[in-house]
Amino acid sequence: MSSLNVEQIRNDFPILEREARKGVRVIYLDSTATSQKPVQVIEAMNDYYRRSNANIHRGVHTLAEEATILYEGARERIAKFVNAAHSREVIYTRNTTESINLVAYSWARANLKAGDLVILTEMEHHSNLVPWHMLQMERGIELDFIPVTEDGLLDLDAYKTLLDRRPKLVSFTHMSNVLGTINPAGEIIRLAHAAGAITLVDGAQSVPHLSVDVQALDADFYAFSAHKMCGPTGIGILYGKSALLDAMPPFLGGGDMIKEVKLRSFRANSLPHKFEAGTPAIAEAIGFGAAVDYLTAIGMDKIAAHEHEITEYALDQLEEIPGVKLFGPAADKKGGVAAFTLEGVHPHDVAQILDQDGIAVRAGHHCAQPLHEKFGIPATSRASFYLYSTKDEVDLLVKGLYKVKEMFG
Amino acid sequence: MDDLYREVIIEHYKNPSHRGKLDPHDFSFADNNPLCGDHIQIDLRVDITGVVTEAMFDGHGCAISQASADLLMESIIGKPLEEVKKLNKQDVLDMLGIDLGPVRLKCALLSLKVLKAGAYGLGEASDDLVE
Repeated sequence: MSSLNVEQIRNDFPILEREARKGVRVIYLDSTATSQKPVQVIEAMNDYYRRSNANIHRGVHTLAEEATILYEGARERIAKFVNAAHSREVIYTRNTTESINLVAYSWARANLKAGDLVILTEMEHHSNLVPWHMLQMERGIELDFIPVTEDGLLDLDAYKTLLDRRPKLVSFTHMSNVLGTINPAGEIIRLAHAAGAITLVDGAQSVPHLSVDVQALDADFYAFSAHKMCGPTGIGILYGKSALLDAMPPFLGGGDMIKEVKLRSFRANSLPHKFEAGTPAIAEAIGFGAAVDYLTAIGMDKIAAHEHEITEYALDQLEEIPGVKLFGPAADKKGGVAAFTLEGVHPHDVAQILDQDGIAVRAGHHCAQPLHEKFGIPATSRASFYLYSTKDEVDLLVKGLYKVKEMFG
Repeated sequence: MDDLYREVIIEHYKNPSHRGKLDPHDFSFADNNPLCGDHIQIDLRVDITGVVTEAMFDGHGCAISQASADLLMESIIGKPLEEVKKLNKQDVLDMLGIDLGPVRLKCALLSLKVLKAGAYGLGEASDDLVE
């Protein structure tokens, strides 16, 4: 049994008490898309707007100073949460997608030329595909992909063969948003470094659910979003080793990213501000800080253990339903995601009928169209779990699926 | 809600009467719903006076999109192509006999978009065609 007090945790999430419609409670099984937010995060942002709202860094008045301290304090705690060596290596962005684009625009455009190889994987989210497609069109870089095996794992032997072609960059997801696969990030990075490549990790799904240590992984770049880990939308992080970030040209130009501006020239600010042009999402950064405080107080190891227990239970239950096909590896190799198809029923119809009972699951290709093509299916339904998910909710999902089957008989 | 899965829709989804391909055909059009990856191809035979004599659809998608495609094929057989071009959103909703929210509306209208893009000889099916 997990030692998480889920009942108490659920009290922190006001939205879990609401009804989808009269008499039908919301069963939220879509945390992989975005997590719900605890009252502690909502209040931190409200407090900022009620008490401390001012623009940061430039003002000398009380409110500006307070806002700056809150904004930078959040950065310190987020840096600690992923064990960055220094908070200057933690850049605020809008989300994981923008973090990856920052690397593609700044580092890659300064370091990659026609013919250079970038290795991705077949299980990437569109956010770690399209920026590289764009660079391919612009620069003529080459792309190749670590294959996904039938059971939803990365084919590491094929990866080793790809590394013989001396890639400049290996960019991969730490945890698949469809299969749930937790990839061996440390090993992938070690092998990439041995082949002379830089690494970028899409941590959108891993940081919310696992204890992540960017130094232990030796990641060069690591990207994640607040909104999937109890924080607000509109704020994310690019972690980068300072030696790399220092050498990179700025991304967006404007206020706050400069040391000095003349009519015809500028000098860029030091890290992390060099990459943070314009007034940032201040309240959201503060909310992000409150989210990592919240998760830290509960303990990431406990959260991971709870999710594992729920996932194992869900996979066992779903497997029993005739016509259900699950995608991805067994529970011990994956996070809290169950993507499946139900024979004869399109995932959209599954999701719509489940919604009748307040059950929120995702249907579609989950921004991973190439992965679905690989498995020969246009779409899946996806239930996903977080620290507030319960076995009762899994039972309701299973019951709902039997209802879908009955309807389509 | 149960309305959304009226018997007629489930029936047309499970046992469509116009599913398949026509070879030879006079027109063939295909496109995807970029939101969900649904794919529909429509083949038509048109006689010398411009009247649709046979219509078939193929592809994959949810119950709403497949049932509406089947109903649409049924409705255009015997109609002049010029009349087919004038079909709109409400015509499809009337065939289905349901109201739909913005997301599922896209599913229901995919086949009409494909049909009209083909009838007008356009490269791709845009939303404007069914407004």
